[in-house]
Order: sequence, then structure tokens, then C-alpha cells
Amino acid sequence: MIPLMHAIEMRSVTKRFGALLANDNVNFDLAPGEIHALLGENGAGKTTLMRILYGLYRADSGEIVVGGQPAHIASPKDAIGLGIGMVTQHFTLVPTLTVTENVSLGQAGGLAFDPKAARQKVADSAARFGIEINPDALVRHLSVGERQRVEIFKALYRNARVLILDEPTAVLVPQEVDVLFETLRRLQSEGLSVIFISHKLNEVMAVCQRITVLRGGRAAGTVNKSATTQKELARMMVGRETFGVTKEGARAQGEPLLRVDGLLVLDKKGWPALKGLSFDVRAGEVLGIAGVSGNGQTELTQALAGTLKPKAGNLRVGGRNLTHASPSQLAAAGVGRIPEDRHEGVVGELTVAENLALENLQDFTANGMLDHRRIRENAEKLIAEYQIKAAPTTRIRALSGGNMQKAILARALSRKPQVVIAAQPTRGLDVGATDYVRGKLLEQRDRGAAVLLISEDLDEILALSDRIAVIYEGRIVGILRAGEADAELLGLLMSGAKEMADGIKD
Amino acid sequence: MDIFLIGLIAATLRVATPLILGTLGELFCERAGILNLGIEGIMFFGAFVGFVVAGASGSLWLGVLAAILAGALAGLLMAFLAVQLGVNQHVSGLGITLLLTGFSLFSFRLVFGEPRVPPSIDPFSRLSPLGETPILGPIFEQYALTYIALAIVPLVWWALYRTSFGLQIRAVGENPEAADAAGVSVYRVRYAALMIGSGLMGAAGAFLSLAQLGAFTYGIIAGRGWVCIALIIFGNWEPIKVLWGALLFGGVFALQLRLQTSGLQLPYEVFLALPYLVTIAALTVAGRNASYPAALLKPYKRE
Repeated sequence: MIPLMHAIEMRSVTKRFGALLANDNVNFDLAPGEIHALLGENGAGKTTLMRILYGLYRADSGEIVVGGQPAHIASPKDAIGLGIGMVTQHFTLVPTLTVTENVSLGQAGGLAFDPKAARQKVADSAARFGIEINPDALVRHLSVGERQRVEIFKALYRNARVLILDEPTAVLVPQEVDVLFETLRRLQSEGLSVIFISHKLNEVMAVCQRITVLRGGRAAGTVNKSATTQKELARMMVGRETFGVTKEGARAQGEPLLRVDGLLVLDKKGWPALKGLSFDVRAGEVLGIAGVSGNGQTELTQALAGTLKPKAGNLRVGGRNLTHASPSQLAAAGVGRIPEDRHEGVVGELTVAENLALENLQDFTANGMLDHRRIRENAEKLIAEYQIKAAPTTRIRALSGGNMQKAILARALSRKPQVVIAAQPTRGLDVGATDYVRGKLLEQRDRGAAVLLISEDLDEILALSDRIAVIYEGRIVGILRAGEADAELLGLLMSGAKEMADGIKD
Repeated sequence: MDIFLIGLIAATLRVATPLILGTLGELFCERAGILNLGIEGIMFFGAFVGFVVAGASGSLWLGVLAAILAGALAGLLMAFLAVQLGVNQHVSGLGITLLLTGFSLFSFRLVFGEPRVPPSIDPFSRLSPLGETPILGPIFEQYALTYIALAIVPLVWWALYRTSFGLQIRAVGENPEAADAAGVSVYRVRYAALMIGSGLMGAAGAFLSLAQLGAFTYGIIAGRGWVCIALIIFGNWEPIKVLWGALLFGGVFALQLRLQTSGLQLPYEVFLALPYLVTIAALTVAGRNASYPAALLKPYKRE
């Protein structure tokens, strides 16, 4: 069935951010009254494309056609005027205002704002759309699910005929997801078109009619739900039939050096981010943790660094129970860390030499005074060894990302830790620096350290890991050998469509 | 009621007038997310421009109008720096205070040279709506600008809470991303809030030179702008509460003036410091629950 007129048509849309090609000649169309999924991994360009449609970004080239008319969308105001509404991952609500005030905000309505009339209008409209909200509630008192409902309602209140939802289920508990899907189906039956951004296959299959897959900024194809399977989608999303990466020089592996057992960790809001997570890493192997961002990787990194205290479970390093150890105790026990955000791993205003000494100051202290000569000598040695392009006296914030990461590697690895925890170690680095960092990690494996690699870059996971553990919603849903990994299986695991029954394959 | 108390109340309202105007002006800026530390300089500029224009034209009201326009112009400059360019608000605000103080002093010398006594003007006379009525008569004997300042308080409340523009100001000061996504122009709202607010600051300065003093002196503002910044925190960014803060400070100020002449054997500097000490004390109590506009000090850039 080809609709006479598309609700939205995006033609050859291209958007660059510096050197990054976020959208590359993307074509996308939306039929009236359909729920259309935009599926892809992190960084595939889904959100960028939709932010262009909503006027938050401007495309470098390409055109947008709304209801058959070429449209020029320079701001959300233009988008709203064309009947397009968007609910972003970060809600655009003002917490100190009421629901009514939030919904009325930006609505032309003369000078005077009559709270009673506005409230009545909001209440009537909510009843008409069948959306349960309390117009008088302060937004800051609402749950995440309720806030999302307000956001959806806000778009409908502005006569949206096209609703863009950016990963709407990422913040919801399962029951709220069900309510959301019911609401969407009902609104769809009343003629609303929905663009549903997601990387979760099961959800896409549950609620959408058509699916457009983006990969690396390009459209990998559009399929009808009835004519596809989760397997096919996973393959389109990840983009490779097989990876065929077998580690050369695979070693006989030794004792488990890092053991995580039933780790339960709460995030900042007090919600469980890790729900009984277990794995171990042996001497001489790289265990890759693969997964879509936001599934607990950050909390896992922090828990292993000793900065986030687990509520339950165990953390053992070389047999010693270090569950409640402080960061410095962990470092002393032989854990080397490469933090997720390298700028948090260094003190920008201090020099390279000072940063290199920072994690084990006791080694550079004599009689309570810093031994500047030893600090400098240490820095000179590491700068030469790790090819850091900097002088010991350079302030570290002046370094490029690659050199800063080398400095962090030098600090973490120079003490030959028995366990190395590397979180997103090559994020944002150029090719040369990436290769250098990866090579260093493999060196650690080869000298017998247990290396835990937490990365959202699947290629990186596949290039380095001996075993791959997939994390989904705070749990390890499967562990497989690198040789057994293929796109389909990883895609299914990463998107929660499948869970390996026995949990762990050794 | 004795003469002392009646005089005190009347003086409180007089002293509080520029504080009310200045604080409401600052309130507009801060509720939109901009800390306007230009206030001290803008009040000084307003006092100067009002004085010169009134002197040249012979119309005090024309002077007030000119001071408001001068303030709005300064607000425009602040908006260009802090909103358009995203300059740090502490730096841009203090810069404007330094610039306008220096500019006013420079212009003063150009116009008046270096007079031995400060140039003066026939100031506004007080209205006396209740005439010789006991008690209320003297209390209500106030400048028209004092009545206007008091009337502006509910007006500002109405503007903030009962107009679309006010809703936009509050939204922009709390979550500019949300306002932007709702189709509100964050820049336009902040420009407008800064110009209106700074206009009120200009009027506050003009009150000092054209009503209270009838003269222009170098120390005419004497830190009142900074007091306004503190009163905002004391009043928790609410127009009505801010009024109480201004009246409290005005009251203590008026009281110390009277204590100075009461014959107490203390250096007069002790009395002069009293209102500021009370401000600090009140702030330590009230400031603990301060709920700053969430976007205060944060420049907004899309993307």
C-alpha cells in the first residue's frame, strides 16, 4: 500500500558535526496514521535526523516535505506550526511550573494569562485525548512516566499530527511502557502519525508498522513489520553478517583475577542500575562488556572503581574481597583504571608530571614533602615510554584527547596492575590513538593481566575480546567466546530480545 | 503614636523606594536567568542621566523618563554580552558597573567641571494627600515616585504570574531548553527582561538624585545596588516578599539615622553599618532555603 501523500518526507538529508558525518544522504518517509520506527545503534544518527525534523538542528543539505509541501524548519516553533511535536529523551518541562503552565507555555494567547481558563482548557483537552494528567500538579512532583505523558500531551495540545518520540521507553518501567503503547495505539487510531526512535527490537516489533534502520549515519533500509524478523533487523542494525574475529595468540588462561558476583548497585536516583550482575575475568584474557549505552555500564565502571558502593554482591580481586574498598585500596590491590570520561581522570589545571604522580603520591613523598625530582623523572620516563606528546610541565588540559588518554594509560599501567578496567577507552580518539590504546590493552593481556573492556563500540569489543559479555538493563544476558559471536546474536542480546538460557557460557 | 515612630515609618518608605525599584528590576533579570551585577552602575547612571536631563530640560519627569531609557539601554548592553555572546554574567555585570560608573563620572566632569559643592536641583516635592490628618497625614506625605514604586510591586507580581510574558520569563529562567522547545524565543525574553529590569534600576537612581537628594554626588548610590542583590535572595525571588525585605532594610536605615542624632555615645559609623549587618543576619536566616532560578548564571546556546 502506497499512501497518496506522505505525512513527512525527508530527502537526502546530510548533517555534519565537524569531521563527523552524523547523517549521510538519509531518506525517510512517514505515512499518515502509522507508527514508524527509527532503529539503530547509539550514534547511528537517529536522534540527529529527528532533531533536524524538529528544527533543533539545521541540515547541511537535503529537503523536508510536510504534507506534500516543501517545508523550511528553522526552529521548533516552525515544526510546531507544521503539526510536528517531539518528546526528547531529556524532558523539556519546567519543574517549578504546573502542568497547565508547562502546556500553555509558548502558546500565543494575548498578554494576560488566565490560570483558571488555561487550566480548564488543559483539562478538557486531556479528557478529549484520553490522557490522564492533573493540570494543577507541579511538574517536579511527577514521576518520570507522568512527565512523559505531559510531554506527549503538550505536543497533542499544540495540534501535533506527527509525534516524534526519542527512545521513549528508556526511562520507563515495564508497566509504564505498556501504558505508553496503549496510548500510542489509541492515538494512532485517531489519525496520529508517530516516529518511534528505539534500539530495542522487541518494542519496535510490538508497536510499529514500518521500520527504518539507520547505521553509521546512513539509512540501511526500510521494512514492513509483517515482512521482517528480529533477526533480520539485528543484522541490519549491526551491519555485519559475521565478524570472524579470532584472536591471534589466544593464550591458555589462568585464574580468575576479577570476580563480580551478584552486584546490586543503585543509580543517583535510587533506582537499581545493576541488578545482580555477575562475571569473572581471568588472567591473560580480555573480557568485553558489550551493550547499548545506559544499560548500567557507567555504574559498573564506578562500582569497580570504588566510587559507587554496591548494595549487595561481591567484588573480588585476586581472591580478596574488595566489595567495599575505597578507590585507593583498589589501586593498591592492583586494579588499574581507565575512566569513562578522561577529563574526570585527570586534574586539568595540574601539569602532566603532577597528574602522573597523583594516583600514588605516597611513592613521591618524603617526610611529608613532595619529591619534585622523582615526580619529574617519573614523568620523563612515562612520556618517553608511552609516546605522550607533552612536556612534564605542560598543563594536562592542554593535551589532545589522544595524548591525555596516553597519560592516563601510563599512570594506570606503569604499575603493572593485575586487573585493568578500561571504560570506553577510545571514545572520541582518532585512528592512530585508538590503535595505540588498543595495542596497549592487548599488551596487558599478554603479560597476564585480566583486562575488562567496557565499550559501546562493537568493533572494538570484537577486535580485542577473548570473551564477550552482553549487558542489558543492568544484567549480563549472555557471555560468549569471541569466535562464536555474530551480529545477529549480539544484536538480539544487546536489544533484550534474547537471553542466553544458561546465562553464562564459559 | 509618637512623633518618633511616625517619622520613622515615613522615612522607611522614603529610604525603601529606590530599593524597591532596584530590587524589582533585578528580579526581572534574575527570574529570566540573568544575574545583573550591572545594577550598581546602572543606578548610578540613572541618577546622573536623570539629573542632567532634568536640569537641562527643567522637567523632573523628563529626567525620570531619561533615566529609565538610560537603564534600558544599559540592559540592552548587558543582554548583548550575557545573552548573545554568553559572557560570564559575573564578568559582564561587574564590567557594566565599572563602565557606567566611570562613564557617569567622566560625563559629570564634562558637564559640571569640578564644583566645590555638588550641583543641585529643585527636587520633586512630596504629595500630601491626607494633609494635616494626625498620624496618617505625615506618613502619607511621600514622593509620587514612592507611590509609584509601591504600585509597581503588585504590577510586577501580575506580570510574572498572570501574563504569557511572565510565564515565559519564569520558564526561561528555570529551563531555557524547555522554553525553546515550546517555541519561546529564549533570547528575546531575556533581552526584554533585562531591558525592563534595568529601566527600573535607572528609575531607582533617578529617585535618589531627583527626589531624595535633589543633587548628584559621587557616592549617591552607596552600595544600594548590592543591597538589592541581597534583598532578592532574602525575598526568595518573589515580588511581594522582596517588598518586605526592602521595607526592613529601609526601616533599619531610617532607624540608624535617628539613632545617630539620639545622643548615644557611639561612633556614627557603627550606626551606618547597622542596616548592612541586619541584611547579612537576615540573609543567613532566609538564604538557607533560597531557591535560585535553576538557569541563573547559565548562558543558553542551542545545540
